[in-house]
Amino acid sequence: MIVEPYTKSYLSEHYGDDGFYTLAGYEARGGFAGLKKALALEPAAVIEQVKSSGLRGRGGAGFGTGLKWSFMPKGDERPKVLVCNADESEPGSFKDRLIMERGPFQIIEGLLIAAWATGAVKSFVYIRGEYALPIRRMREAVKQAYAKGYLGRDAFKKKGFVHDIVVHSGAGAYICGEETGLLESLEGKKGQPRKKPPFPAQHGAFGLPTTVNNVETFAHAPYIMDRGVEWFRGFGTEKSPGTTLFGVSGHVAKPGLFELPLGTPLRQVIEMAGGVRDKRALKAVIPGGMSMPVLPASQTDVGMAEELLAARGTHLGTGGIMVMDETTCMVRVACVVSYFFRDESCGQCTQCREGTGWINKICERIEAGRGTPNDMRLLDSIPGMMEGQTICAFADAAAWPIQGLLKHFRGDFEAHLDQKKCPYPASFEL
Amino acid sequence: MTAETRAKIEALFPSYPAKRGALLPAIYLVQEEQGYISPEQARELAELFELQPVEVWEVLTFYNMFYTEPQGRHHVYFCTNLPCSLRGARSMLKAVEARLGVHAGETTADGRITLGHEECLGSCGTAPVMRVDGEYHENLELADVLRVLDGLR
Repeated sequence: MIVEPYTKSYLSEHYGDDGFYTLAGYEARGGFAGLKKALALEPAAVIEQVKSSGLRGRGGAGFGTGLKWSFMPKGDERPKVLVCNADESEPGSFKDRLIMERGPFQIIEGLLIAAWATGAVKSFVYIRGEYALPIRRMREAVKQAYAKGYLGRDAFKKKGFVHDIVVHSGAGAYICGEETGLLESLEGKKGQPRKKPPFPAQHGAFGLPTTVNNVETFAHAPYIMDRGVEWFRGFGTEKSPGTTLFGVSGHVAKPGLFELPLGTPLRQVIEMAGGVRDKRALKAVIPGGMSMPVLPASQTDVGMAEELLAARGTHLGTGGIMVMDETTCMVRVACVVSYFFRDESCGQCTQCREGTGWINKICERIEAGRGTPNDMRLLDSIPGMMEGQTICAFADAAAWPIQGLLKHFRGDFEAHLDQKKCPYPASFEL
Repeated sequence: MTAETRAKIEALFPSYPAKRGALLPAIYLVQEEQGYISPEQARELAELFELQPVEVWEVLTFYNMFYTEPQGRHHVYFCTNLPCSLRGARSMLKAVEARLGVHAGETTADGRITLGHEECLGSCGTAPVMRVDGEYHENLELADVLRVLDGLR
């Protein structure tokens, strides 16, 4: 896989280097310096440092990492657990895969820092089942860490510090990326999300106090501990510090991953990916993975940080940027998007189970030239009936892209109705 | 399930605070035996995990990577989500369907290949992608695809 490192990047600095995914190679390149510094501090001071760094979760929701760690109950006799969410399944996102393949010890070091900070004795790394190579790399890295005494009793040679890591494979279900769906799945059940409260910090994996963070979130922690808050805040925006691995896909000349500071202009990221292919005009960009509303070309002069994208009615999500050129039929896009959510709805909430199916059927009818004005009224109303009405955010994720497509590309839908066929013969095939 | 599979499953139990945590890994182990989980094997799993058979069956049928029917000798899956579709994955899948004489979701008459499509495989930067017997083939051209398929016996 391709990664084009930003000149001042830190996460991906050594990803071109095969040694970096071995324990010896990781240590030779400065690995575990952050953990050493963390272990010299009181756990509360580690949480404080992560809090003041402003690190926000990189799994899509952007919640403050230090704050999340502080939710782990104190004075609770139950063993505490960490879960690394490596169920990366958001269409357009492929960064966590690269981190696991090229920097598995960054994740292990991040988990150990979080374990020290929260008192967790065990981590589960839940990796989507299709990720065969990341699973092998993580298992091998954990094995090497045990062999060197970095895991288990007196972990990292620190007396009394106990931490075990279990690498667990998922089995093909997008919903297991939702944190409580993941916890159900980890317990050997269907991955249907739980009602909250109770939140995972009180009642998480196997009923134990649990903190769930994304792969990339854990991978940033060692650098924050080693190089400090001020250094970390030197990247990105005030509200969204640090870098992230932006994934650029679709109609660009050189798709790939680019580690850049949060807030980097979207158009600059697209230019780094070679710009729109074949010198065609840009039509639309989904900036943060499939669940996020689309931006028309006219609104792509925006920085890639949550607070900046939110002002445009969309979100940073996982930073998966999908680029569509002028040939693209946005109704076909709606068909692909709505099929995905229909297929992946876990089925427990009526609004989501029924709504995703209805939206998909209507989009396919419109694309086939059989749409009616009433279909447009239904498309306008169904997403609003799903949004905010269900146990988890999946229904929102299914509703938002459709709302975005209707808001910005209504003309594409209406042209299908008027012409009774798809007006984009050169668009990608369905 | 064989005694060997059973022993491998029992060795997983200590990794989880509750035995049931080992159910997904256990299903993978049993599935390795004949490529799918038979109703009889599901009952054996239920017994080993002290669950009702339906509790195993509902898990088996929730996840895409578990199979409850016999499969072809090889699995070939194409990602058809947006980043792959934008780069021609669906046209490629149609060509493969024509070549193999089956639709996605079906197995060739000689039992050689089960063809399917999948949702995003996290290979958007190297699209289009197919997964053959668990391994990724990326940056695909149709000629590469046909060469790989012809090599499957």
